[in-house]
Amino acid sequence: MATNEAAATTSAAATDVAAAAAVVAATTGTSTREGTSVSLRNLTRVFGATRALDGMSLDIAPGELVALLGPSGCGKTTALRIVAGFETATAGEVLVDGQDVSGRPAAKRDMGMVFQSYSLFPNMSALDNVGFGLRMRKIGGAARRQKAGELLEMVGLSAQAAQFPHQLSGGQQQRVALARALAIEPRVLLLDEPLSALDAKVRLQLREQIRTLQQRLGTTTLFVTHDQEEALSMADRVGVMRAGRLEQVAAPDELYDRPATAFVAEFVGTMNRLPGSLGSDGRTVTVLGSTVPVQDGGPSSGQVTVLVRPENLTVAPAEGGNGIVFLRTFLGATSRITVLLSGDLQVLVDVPSTHAAAMTPGASVQVAVPSDPVLVVGAEG
Amino acid sequence: MAPIARYAQGVSILRLLRRPPQDGAPAIARSGKFPVWRWVILLVAGVYFLLPLYAAIRFAGFKAFGSVFTQPGFAEALWTSIQISAMTWIITMALMLPTTIYVHLRLPRLRAVLESITILPIVIPPIVLTVGVLQVFPTQLKATMWLLGIEYVILAMPFAYRSIDAGLRSIDLKTLTEASNNLGASWPQTIWRVIMPNLGTSLLSATVLIVALCLGEFTMASLNLVTTFPVWIVEFDQLNANISTSASIFALVVTWIFLMLIVTLGSRRSRRTGAGEVTLFTVTANTKTIGES
Repeated sequence: MATNEAAATTSAAATDVAAAAAVVAATTGTSTREGTSVSLRNLTRVFGATRALDGMSLDIAPGELVALLGPSGCGKTTALRIVAGFETATAGEVLVDGQDVSGRPAAKRDMGMVFQSYSLFPNMSALDNVGFGLRMRKIGGAARRQKAGELLEMVGLSAQAAQFPHQLSGGQQQRVALARALAIEPRVLLLDEPLSALDAKVRLQLREQIRTLQQRLGTTTLFVTHDQEEALSMADRVGVMRAGRLEQVAAPDELYDRPATAFVAEFVGTMNRLPGSLGSDGRTVTVLGSTVPVQDGGPSSGQVTVLVRPENLTVAPAEGGNGIVFLRTFLGATSRITVLLSGDLQVLVDVPSTHAAAMTPGASVQVAVPSDPVLVVGAEG
Repeated sequence: MAPIARYAQGVSILRLLRRPPQDGAPAIARSGKFPVWRWVILLVAGVYFLLPLYAAIRFAGFKAFGSVFTQPGFAEALWTSIQISAMTWIITMALMLPTTIYVHLRLPRLRAVLESITILPIVIPPIVLTVGVLQVFPTQLKATMWLLGIEYVILAMPFAYRSIDAGLRSIDLKTLTEASNNLGASWPQTIWRVIMPNLGTSLLSATVLIVALCLGEFTMASLNLVTTFPVWIVEFDQLNANISTSASIFALVVTWIFLMLIVTLGSRRSRRTGAGEVTLFTVTANTKTIGES
């Protein structure tokens, strides 16, 4: 894993973190430890009539960060809680380094967890919170305080060691919670939407910090989120979940460029839905007047819906073109043009902002599909 | 119980008067008229609570106070009451704390049921309870403080349950216990190191109420033929009404000091850890969320 390069390219704050992490690694030997693999086999969890998990299987390689992404109620949190030992699976098993841990209570699983809601113990200082797991492992006063101090330094909160949780901001609390989870040198790190209660700027900083630390320490991590940006930016691989099943598990770029199903395509990023008709061989589709190749895996004939990302469409001012600019949204380097096509069809097209000047609302434009392969789904889907 | 419970209420009213209006408090607290009403309430309540006390002191005379402690039976009766209080406290806490935590975490729907069960001792007259208990319990236990302690556990249940329930509702019990378990703590460790310290003041409230109950209850003690402190006061009243009255004033003052101590300790502690404010029956959750600052 290219941790050094990754650390070098991140911000100054992250370099501090990296340096501190190296200190900890030197004292604890975490960086040289072999990572832990985790396998979820056919996990099923039934609550009354609903199947929260429906035969979910996932393999996480040692040191890997896998994000589970999906809408609320898709089962991602249930999966995490089963791995943590807070819930029991109706069927299936969780293997850690090949050993089934299903019968082991949460307290004996050696997994560090960061929760969505603030979970620090209100009666303990930041230092005592971080040291709690060590205390439970019978590590004595001085050694415990030193280790806890190192971890607080690692998350950049040495100055707050003596403060109580209510004196810390939300972001600081979650950093202490992260230090607390890492203090026990967990075999697996579990993150249950740890950033969702924070404001946007703090979220972004903490995102980088978590990722840098995770790569430094090489801790196998399972991360649950409903925020696609978070998942795509942090994870080695992202598993998109729907109705208790994994729809696709892939690296972020692959997930974005080659979504396996329409659900993944539309959940990750923005997608336009355009009507099209398949050619007789099922390998090409005619959409917006041009004929383009079709990605594998769709229906083989008839009327279909073509899925195209806003940045993969082209738009240019044209007298008597096929659409009228409805809205122009400035996003910085790019602008998003909403074009009204005939038949009340709206499409979104991203163009460099330098090209967007002529496309004021009401202007006539021509929208086209480039000749790259496109994803098609049945017309009703 | 009755006079001491009234004192407990008196403390709460004092706190209400002392507390300055806070941001986000109901509009009435900020309006100019409310302080006038506060003083009216204070005055009426004050007269209601203090006048009998004043009358008792006048009746007893100051000389009687000095001789209370040397009266025959005083020390034994007080010691019996203290032992019964301790026993009641231990059994009640050992039963109610794990039960309430379990119901909160695993059977939240049973909370209403548990609440109505714990009300029963208040609804059923002590005399009925005692007669029932005397029917079924073995003879060896009858007329001992052990049996009385067990009966007091039943009487203490509503107070203990309410205090603990209020305390548990003021914390994020599920997340805290999961975090604790996740870090390797067993259930007893979680209760001892995480839950109990964060219930702090609500456990203190439960303690005060249990002790106040045990030091003040007369009917059951009398029917059980155990000479507790209140029983001694009533019996001694036949011999010397002045000393008996000063003994009951002494009991009130001791309880009152105890209550004030708890309330002071409680608010100091919650200032330190940012926990909700705790009074005898209720815990006001701190509404200011930490993430906002």
